[in-house]
Amino acid sequence: GCLRQQPGKIHFILLFSRQGKLRLQKWYTTLPEKEKKKITREIVQIILARNQKTSSFVDWKDLKLVYKRYASLYFCCAIEDQDNELLTLEVVHRYVELLDRYFGNVCELDIIFNFEKAYFILDEFIMGGEVQETSKKSAVKAIEDSDMLQETVEEYMNKPAF
Amino acid sequence: NEEGCKSKEAEIKRINKELANIRSKFKGDKALDGYSKKKYVCKLLFIFLLGHDIDFGHMEAVNLLSSNRYTEKQIGYLFISVLVNSNSELIRLINNAIKNDLASRNPTFMGLALHCIANVGSREMAEAFAGEIPKILVAGDTMDSVKQSAALCLLRLYRTSPDLVPMGDWTSRVVHLLNDQHLGVVTAATSLITTLAQKNPEEFKTSVSLAVSRLSRIVTSASTDLQDYTYYFVPAPWLSVKLLRLLQCYPPPEDPAVRGRLTECLETILNKAQEPPKSKKVQHSNAKNAVLFEAISLIIHHDSEPNLLVRACNQLGQFLQHRETNLRYLALESMCTLASSEFSHEAVKTHIETVINALKTERDVSVRQRAVDLLYAMCDRSNAQQIVAEMLNYLETADYSIREEIVLKVAILAEKYAVDYTWYVDTILNLIRIAGDYVSEEVWYRVIQIVINRDDVQGYAAKTVFEALQAPACHENLVKVGGYILGEFGNLIAGDPRSSPLIQFNLLHSKFHLCSVPTRALLLSTYIKFVNLFPEIKTTIQDVLRSDSQLKNADVELQQRAVEYLRLSTIASTDILATVLEEMPPFPERESSILAKLKKKKGPGTVTDLEEIKKERSSDMNGSAEPASVNSTPSPSADLLGLGAAPLTNSAPPPASSGSLLVDVFSDSASAVAPLAPGSDDNFASPDLASSEVVSEEPADTVHDADELFHKFVCKNNGVLFENQLLQIGLKSEFRQNLGRMFIFYGNKTSTQFLNFTPTVICSDDFLNYILCLNLQTKPVDPTVDGGAQVQQVVNIECVSDFMEAPILNIQFRYGGTFQNLSVKLPITLNKFFQPTEMSSQDFFQRWKQLSNPKQEVQNIFKAKHPMDAEITKAKIIGFGSALLEEVDPNPANFVGAGIIHTKTTQIGCLLRLEPNLQAQMYRLTLRTSKEAVSQRLCELLSEQF
Repeated sequence: GCLRQQPGKIHFILLFSRQGKLRLQKWYTTLPEKEKKKITREIVQIILARNQKTSSFVDWKDLKLVYKRYASLYFCCAIEDQDNELLTLEVVHRYVELLDRYFGNVCELDIIFNFEKAYFILDEFIMGGEVQETSKKSAVKAIEDSDMLQETVEEYMNKPAF
Repeated sequence: NEEGCKSKEAEIKRINKELANIRSKFKGDKALDGYSKKKYVCKLLFIFLLGHDIDFGHMEAVNLLSSNRYTEKQIGYLFISVLVNSNSELIRLINNAIKNDLASRNPTFMGLALHCIANVGSREMAEAFAGEIPKILVAGDTMDSVKQSAALCLLRLYRTSPDLVPMGDWTSRVVHLLNDQHLGVVTAATSLITTLAQKNPEEFKTSVSLAVSRLSRIVTSASTDLQDYTYYFVPAPWLSVKLLRLLQCYPPPEDPAVRGRLTECLETILNKAQEPPKSKKVQHSNAKNAVLFEAISLIIHHDSEPNLLVRACNQLGQFLQHRETNLRYLALESMCTLASSEFSHEAVKTHIETVINALKTERDVSVRQRAVDLLYAMCDRSNAQQIVAEMLNYLETADYSIREEIVLKVAILAEKYAVDYTWYVDTILNLIRIAGDYVSEEVWYRVIQIVINRDDVQGYAAKTVFEALQAPACHENLVKVGGYILGEFGNLIAGDPRSSPLIQFNLLHSKFHLCSVPTRALLLSTYIKFVNLFPEIKTTIQDVLRSDSQLKNADVELQQRAVEYLRLSTIASTDILATVLEEMPPFPERESSILAKLKKKKGPGTVTDLEEIKKERSSDMNGSAEPASVNSTPSPSADLLGLGAAPLTNSAPPPASSGSLLVDVFSDSASAVAPLAPGSDDNFASPDLASSEVVSEEPADTVHDADELFHKFVCKNNGVLFENQLLQIGLKSEFRQNLGRMFIFYGNKTSTQFLNFTPTVICSDDFLNYILCLNLQTKPVDPTVDGGAQVQQVVNIECVSDFMEAPILNIQFRYGGTFQNLSVKLPITLNKFFQPTEMSSQDFFQRWKQLSNPKQEVQNIFKAKHPMDAEITKAKIIGFGSALLEEVDPNPANFVGAGIIHTKTTQIGCLLRLEPNLQAQMYRLTLRTSKEAVSQRLCELLSEQF
């Protein structure tokens, strides 16, 4: 019920390990914390129970789950029933590419220990459930720029110049 | 597992320690520097994301927002977007920080602020910023990256609170972002425009031609033209899909040039699907096919280019056999919508074998589900038998998760496309055999409805359930259907010694003890029906009803039924039994409740659309043009016997009479009781039109509570029903057995035309009850009634079953500049279907005694409203429709009458006795019929006459 009527957008993205550990969750629909936990548990269970060689799509309530596994991590998006499933798979892939470009051969541990970076990169790419910037260059540049900004201009200027 | 528990315990211990540490840091005397604050806020966030509750640190996070260090600000915003709910008291502080960042003209800070607004996305956020963001979006000096964020941020707020995002000057400028040079800006803007256009199509109409030209430039570009927006050799797939989706908010473009250009684009996309891939990577084919599927969606949405539709169908046909499971899945899904287009329905049907094969061989339940959906969508009369057989076949091994849905679909298809109903009955019994647990009430109610409504299948149904019940272990739903059908139609197979009454009874009763209470209750009703159908096994059944396990059953419902049925079978005569336990009347045709259930299950949308379109294309076997009435299925277990169905109503006190308006029709008793000469030409209405004695001054927009006017028609068929200064309504009617015909004359008393003159006969409030009982057919009248003219309307009447409320005649028309609306009760009353019966005194009192059950008699004692004249009284009783029996009552002052009420489904014998008391100026009226409700209604009607 509450999830319906927002055509075209991703409702939430979950990253979880093969052991069912949640590594990243991004919600583009406002839900109570309890509900989020319940949904997460349910979906992790559904996806982990699926065989390989199956399609990447599962009907779930009014929505459709589109998921793909990269090494030890599952990436799962919930989209509207009539949304573009294949392109959602490529949203996931583009995100993995962005992580990869930033971390260099990204692995599960990178996401665990630099979770905030994983969130920042996702935010540059997707906003409110819609793709914001599909150009890899632009998205990564935005992250790298912000890393530069770790130091204020003053600090930068005060650094010894060798 | 113990190890898991241990590690979980250890984790909690570790985290509690860490939380205590952070808390002490935050509460410590020493003010934390920005770096430490950021570090601890980040740790808290990490702990929260591990699934633990966090109840502090919010203030520290808010403090970080005003830091001028980017990373501190960034962590602050991240914490806020994940952890701050909308009604937090901190929201004012947060909004302040966001406001500052939006005004900072620093694109990175603005970006962070916009992301935070979108991430929280609450109504409070919309209240605070919905006015500001459109300005940022269309300002000339806004950086591209900020425009992108502003567009999507606004979209998020619009979704949360559309009322807070008013359309304005900015909307036309947003549309022109479709021409922006920066593809990232176009992508974000297209998302925003699509959502806005869905709710305000007029406002964003110009986006269609802009979207088409943008799309055209993309699909015809060389793969390198778009540089970084080319994804694995596919030019701007995200933008292409979004543009195609935007176009799905509109019908095909009207401008032929735009339309031609769009068709070219779609053809190009279809052509590209046939080209060899530019890369072997799955990303390439996914992106390419994503655009292709979206283009096909648009083609289906427009549903106007047969050539494109058939090409789309062929393309999907290729995908049905693709080695990629995802493509097979999507092809099945997409074809499902294609099946509903009349241009491509036949083309889709050619793939039936492939789809059936998918049902049998696909290893993924999601894919099989799509195959079921597609078979359902492509089903029509030509392939229904095959598709239903395959679905039944699949049901044997189907996943539990989709069984119920398949059952519903099979039930719908079997009914919809049944050429002969024996196939339908077989199919439903098969459903119960294969997947009895998933056969819902709607399904088995429906089969019973259909069998009751179609006498050509009743014998077959009885034979088939009888055979099916032979199985040693049969599903309880089969017992229900079997019990119900044999109770109604077991007599049709009782001639065969192999299914004699006793064998039928023993077969059913052998299942009794294994069944649940509701099923047992149903079986008890079957048994009492058997008492009527098969008097020869009455004692056997009485023995069963009398046994302790029934009469002393712990279940109240079962016990009551046993007691009542036993009593009924003991005291009631065969005639009464035959009436009480008569065959069920046909159910009114209406939308299948199964379909309603499937719609509910699947949500609105797909099922409805497909069904509606199909209904138009192939004439429905049911021909059920009835408006969809919900919850229409009566419960068979409740309806099997009419007993206790009608609430016991005490004879109502006669309505307070006010004779002032009433012109006593019986002053002219001769005309009141004169039998209607069929085909007599006397235009009774014209003399009445002239007399203006019956002018009603009441406002003409409410139901005329002119019960008096209504009541005078109970004993006569002709006269003026209604009159005011504008309009006079006259009636002339005749009734034969359960049929009748009424002529309604509408006289325009003015010299001005009535326009849009629309009389409608509508039912009283209890619609369901009404259509079950009374069938009325009218033809529309000429909408113009000239001044001084009279038009007539014929109502054909069929009494299906006894009824209480009279229908209502509603009349609407324009007179001069005013709209007139009035309603009057149409005097079609139960007594109109009387056939008088002459009988001797002896016969009368014998029957009178037979109808001695308290529920069969209704009595009313009332004061005389008119002079107590014996001759007038006799005329009224004859006018009421019953025979007036002379020399029957020992007291010559009394009046007795007898007659039979004819309905389509049954005949009801009625006896009446009227005892006047001249001294007291009172009457006592007694009605005895085999049906309580009938006694009640006739008594009400007749009491009003004296």
